[in-house]
Amino acid sequence: MAVLNYIQAITKALKEEMERDEKVFILGEDVGPRGGVFRATDGLYEQFGEARVLDTPLAESAIAGVGIGAAMYGMKPVAEMQFADFILPAVNQIMSEAARIRYRSNNDWDCPITIRAPYGGGVHGGLYHSQSIEAIFANQPGLKIVMPSSPYDVKGLLKASIRDQDPVLFLEHKRAYRLLKEEVPEEDYTIPIGKAAVKREGSDVTVITYGLCVHFAKQAAEKLEQEGISTEILDLRTVYPLDQEAIIKAASKTGKVLLVTEDNKEGSIIGEVAAIISEHCLFDLDAPIKRLGAPEVPAMPFASKLEKEMLMNSDKIETAIRDLAEF
Amino acid sequence: MDNVQVSNEQHLAMYEEMLLARRIDERMWLLNRAGSIPFVVSGQGQEVMQVAASFALDKEVDYILPYYRDLAVVLHFGMTTRDIFLMAYGKAEDPNSGGRQMPNHFGQKKNRIVTQSSPVTTQVPHAAGIALAAKMEGKSLVSFATMGEGSTNQGDFHEGLNFAGVHKLPAIFMVENNKYAISVPLSKQVACENIADRAIGYGMPGIKVDGNDPVAVYQAVKEARDRALNGDGPTLIEAESYRLTPHSSDDDDMTYRTKEEVDYEKSIDGLLQYRKKLMEEGILTEDKEREMEEKLKQEINEATDYAEKAASPDPKTLQDFVYSEEGF
Ligand SMILES: Cc1ncc(C[n+]2csc(CCOP(=O)(O)OP(=O)(O)O)c2C)c(N)n1
Ligand SMILES: [Mg+2]
Repeated sequence: MAVLNYIQAITKALKEEMERDEKVFILGEDVGPRGGVFRATDGLYEQFGEARVLDTPLAESAIAGVGIGAAMYGMKPVAEMQFADFILPAVNQIMSEAARIRYRSNNDWDCPITIRAPYGGGVHGGLYHSQSIEAIFANQPGLKIVMPSSPYDVKGLLKASIRDQDPVLFLEHKRAYRLLKEEVPEEDYTIPIGKAAVKREGSDVTVITYGLCVHFAKQAAEKLEQEGISTEILDLRTVYPLDQEAIIKAASKTGKVLLVTEDNKEGSIIGEVAAIISEHCLFDLDAPIKRLGAPEVPAMPFASKLEKEMLMNSDKIETAIRDLAEF
Repeated sequence: MDNVQVSNEQHLAMYEEMLLARRIDERMWLLNRAGSIPFVVSGQGQEVMQVAASFALDKEVDYILPYYRDLAVVLHFGMTTRDIFLMAYGKAEDPNSGGRQMPNHFGQKKNRIVTQSSPVTTQVPHAAGIALAAKMEGKSLVSFATMGEGSTNQGDFHEGLNFAGVHKLPAIFMVENNKYAISVPLSKQVACENIADRAIGYGMPGIKVDGNDPVAVYQAVKEARDRALNGDGPTLIEAESYRLTPHSSDDDDMTYRTKEEVDYEKSIDGLLQYRKKLMEEGILTEDKEREMEEKLKQEINEATDYAEKAASPDPKTLQDFVYSEEGF
């Protein structure tokens, strides 16, 4: 088994899916000879040619919209938004079109498109190269939002997204691209969309999070173990629609729940997770649900000290878990 | 290029399709004013260009991305009169959406009528995507998207045409210029003289035709289709006519245009002009016309009755088909 980093796992999944199914093709800005600005499509243009690794004009609504048209025709497009921040011009196509095509046509048409977008801060990207955008899309039935937390998950979830019969927004944390490495099997495997995964078993406090924050939560949990605090970590994997069953089970197990996101706290994914827990787990809770997210500023500043102040990290999570354990 | 030949049979067939669309549309207004159906949006005044363009396409292979006024286009591509009334009544059997969408949001996969939404012009990038997919698969077909002139101001118009132009896709974009976007006249929509002039920015031919001249429209679309299949890329066609009805059954057009203007436009209605021409040339006769009108009336009556009595969608189906039932 080879050790791959997060972005290599993306490239691998794309390559294997394009080899498996000739209806899979890639479109986006600079995805061709350049191999993507982060190199996610590295080598694919050389292997599959211009027709299947298509450099588009700089126009996000067309990247989504053309992909949607191709998907309705019967192709399996993988559209790349160069940065999640620049998905906003394509919101109408994603919400009004992709998410509604099956429903509005009473199951006559479908739209099996995958839209990949690098999100997240910690790369000195300033306001417009750092944002978390999942909450914008997380109340659109018809759409699925997948946010993998590790290279292994990336490969299985991206393959599942490409094979899915419905539109999937696949959000990749760009700081994870080269930070996270692990063994990734050579063989073909998928991970089910819509299912969360317990990434660490524990009995004192439950942390529920997703994306890169899973990594920080694991770091915090390892440290706290030495103090005798045992942490359960649930990785949502799919942030819309949520895996309610897994959330209820994980929250009820310890009765003390910490919810973590890199996004601004108010209106974020974890607010919905909190609502699910309060609806279903009242008598299992031993402490108020605790949420940890970014402060309510519009987006992440450039200067290192400001960026660091805004970002999630393992120290913040560690403190919050300890507080909950002692509650 | 030489003028195309249109046979007498073709002329009659085109006229009959235009007339069917007009008579259906007129029935819709009656039903709406009688309180039987909640909403009408009309294609009256645009039937000539719609039918002529449809005849220049191949309804067995081409994909159409029609907008809400394109009743005549979807009828040509295989939607039935009964389907149209099921849609107007929002019944379960409506093939467009099973009663989920407002009327005239067309879609029917078996006839390659691509499902449409309400935000205007989103279909334009889809047409490029379908043309791209067809090109990738080496298929000999075109995608045909229509929209109003006001809708050409949307970003998706620019993004979609530019994409199609850059990748030389087999697509045809036809703007049905009816001079108004709800209440806003053409002069307040665009600063250029012709919508067709926009084509130069996308590296494709921009053709302006009289939308009330069936042969001119037929020829323009036919040439565009030949070009597309030849690998020479997309075409923008602007077909000009006039919206003879208010924007929809919820609009009062007398708040922004005069009765004199509308009456004048009705007097030069393309459908009437075509009838006159066919009569003069002896292609259409009083007898043939009577026969045609009788047949259409019966078809419309039957469709109305059927749709009125048809079952409404079961409330239990509200949550069906949000996602695929099969997973992947
Ligand atoms: C994005 C968007 N904005 C506004 C509307 C409301 N609206 C519906 S039709 C219309 C006018 C369209 O005019 P035009 O494109 O000329 O087509 P026409 O109705 O004249 O055929 C407007 C403003 C809409 N459907 N979509
Ligand atoms: Mg108009």
